[in-house]
Amino acid sequence: MRGTLSDRMGAALLMAPLLLFLVLAYAWPFLGVVKWSFTLPTPGLEQYHALLTDDLVQSVFIRTLRIAAIVTIVSVTAAYAITVVWVRGSPVQRVLAEFCILVPFWISVLTRAFGWVALLSNRGLINTWLQSIGFISEPLTLVRNEFGVIVGMSHFLIPFAVFPLASAMRSLDERVLLAARGLGSSRMRTFWTVFVPMTRSGIIGSAMITFVFSLGFFVTPAILGGGRSVMIAELIYLRIFQSPDWGLGAAISVVLVVFVGALMALLFRYVKPKQLV
Amino acid sequence: MQQPGRAAEIKANGIGKSFGSFRALDNLSLDIGRGEFLTLLGPSGSGKTTFLMILAGFVQPSEGKLFSDGVDITNRPAEQRAAGMVFQGYALFPHMSVEQNIAFPLKVRKKSATEIKQRVGEMVERVGLKGHEKKLPAQLSGGQQQRVALARALVFEPGVLLLDEPFSALDKSLRGQMQAEMKRLHQETGTTFVFVTHDQSEALALSSRVAIFNHGKLLQVGRPDEVYDRPANRFVAEFLGEINMLPVKGVKSADGGATGLCEDRAVNMRCKAEAIKGDAILAIRPEDMSIAAEASVNQNGIAATAVASTYLGAATKLDLTTRQGAKVTVSVPNEVAASALSKGNSVWLTWPAEKGFLLPDGGQ
Ligand SMILES: Nc1ncnc2c1ncn2[C@@H]1O[C@H](COP(=O)(O)OP(=O)(O)O)[C@@H](O)[C@H]1O
Ligand SMILES: [Mg+2]
Repeated sequence: MRGTLSDRMGAALLMAPLLLFLVLAYAWPFLGVVKWSFTLPTPGLEQYHALLTDDLVQSVFIRTLRIAAIVTIVSVTAAYAITVVWVRGSPVQRVLAEFCILVPFWISVLTRAFGWVALLSNRGLINTWLQSIGFISEPLTLVRNEFGVIVGMSHFLIPFAVFPLASAMRSLDERVLLAARGLGSSRMRTFWTVFVPMTRSGIIGSAMITFVFSLGFFVTPAILGGGRSVMIAELIYLRIFQSPDWGLGAAISVVLVVFVGALMALLFRYVKPKQLV
Repeated sequence: MQQPGRAAEIKANGIGKSFGSFRALDNLSLDIGRGEFLTLLGPSGSGKTTFLMILAGFVQPSEGKLFSDGVDITNRPAEQRAAGMVFQGYALFPHMSVEQNIAFPLKVRKKSATEIKQRVGEMVERVGLKGHEKKLPAQLSGGQQQRVALARALVFEPGVLLLDEPFSALDKSLRGQMQAEMKRLHQETGTTFVFVTHDQSEALALSSRVAIFNHGKLLQVGRPDEVYDRPANRFVAEFLGEINMLPVKGVKSADGGATGLCEDRAVNMRCKAEAIKGDAILAIRPEDMSIAAEASVNQNGIAATAVASTYLGAATKLDLTTRQGAKVTVSVPNEVAASALSKGNSVWLTWPAEKGFLLPDGGQ
């Protein structure tokens, strides 16, 4: 896999503009944020101390982890089902699945969030319909709470969860599944004891990507959470733009970046980058 | 393919398979006897794997019927046929240890933990994998993976074991060893074996009968010596080993055999001559011809000149050209070859009448 020296130099040259952009747009400003976290309003570890003691910050951290975990389970499960159809379905099913996976990429995250508000709100489509068939008398609270946030985020993340799974399912040797059937195993049993374990690397990759993405979500929880289930990114925004508390906002950012960095490092220990696309 | 521990008897009746407009198998009828070791032999692409997949139930035939012990199983799904199968490339479960791979068919059949443990242990021993029970397939050599695949396919005592070119990935010495083990396993289990290969020497060495395929057609079925000594047509004759083809004219049947003119000399052949009249091909294996100083009138013989030789150790392969320009190869003792070549002028090639057989002229 390793090319010649000049090949690698060539690749490095082609990558250079991107790397430069990443440094200028992310790494450099982030160093500024790190500096703020130790200097504002006064130099010292004060903000990190606050992080550990502030009830609000801690409850937001815990909520973020909880939502990210639930969203990961929901997204990976749903993505698994879609991917099975996409990779192994009949030709018509494949086209349909591909359509479902790709269309969300063409619709902006804002549009999608407001779409869910229209569906889930008290006088939205779902409540109106449930009431009209007499299934419920009072509208269900489906939005402006964690439930709405989880629905919206999962919907956004499912397509991203699909790709590592598809890559794992595509590289699976068909004959192993035939072998299981030939040994007397039912389709269900083959699925659970052979197919799922053999796509393990895809599941890990898919879950890690979803979880890491979930931690940094801003727009979707802000709109579907209605200020009642604030996640960490929204908290940073509030600290920096609304209550001028830049030091704490910066400290939360640093903790988030370090945490995500550690997760990514863990991810790449188990999964090769090319298995994720 | 149902009762465990009992060899199955399989009957294929007019099996055909089309992939789109492509005929992968054509009107194939074949009886596979209880406990026999049948080899499907043919070049790559001749439909061997397709036929095996139809026997296993992974591929549905386009026409024809399949019977196991007299029961029509054409539409029975693979998981209920439960034929043991060893795939090309083994198809082991990569996430399961050797032990778990072998236990899989028993777990599916809901055997008790003690029975599973005992039978897996026996099987591990039988295929010589002791000490490797906890390893994953990726940690094993090709030959060891092969053994796991065999153990997994035999542990539930299937009525038939289907093997698709199981040795094609192994090197030559290991292949010989595995062939011997395969024969032993066949004798020990008594199960019906259907074995696919494109290697004619493997087929002749292992089987109780050989079925020869070409272009999706079954050309001939018979014991190894039958198909080797009395091939039904030119393709079978050539596929099973080197063979000399000489044109004969004026073929007439004569008590149990036939006579004709080969290189203007009368020759006797053993054949079913009813079907063959006039011009035909006389086929003789290189090892069945010998070199003589002269041939008597009622002996089969033609005159030829030695042109080249290849030393093979135990014998020498001698290339000759007949008076009428046909090329002939014989396998003879080393000193005979040397003297034939040194003479330069013509020698006689002779052969016993029962070693020459007639094939229809041209085509197959
Ligand atoms: N699923 C399939 N679709 C189309 N053609 C196939 C399929 N399976 C096999 N074939 C074709 O059928 C022919 C016989 O294949 P196969 O049975 O695998 O031959 P063999 O095992 O003797 O090499 C080949 O030409 C192959 O390309
Ligand atoms: Mg094949």
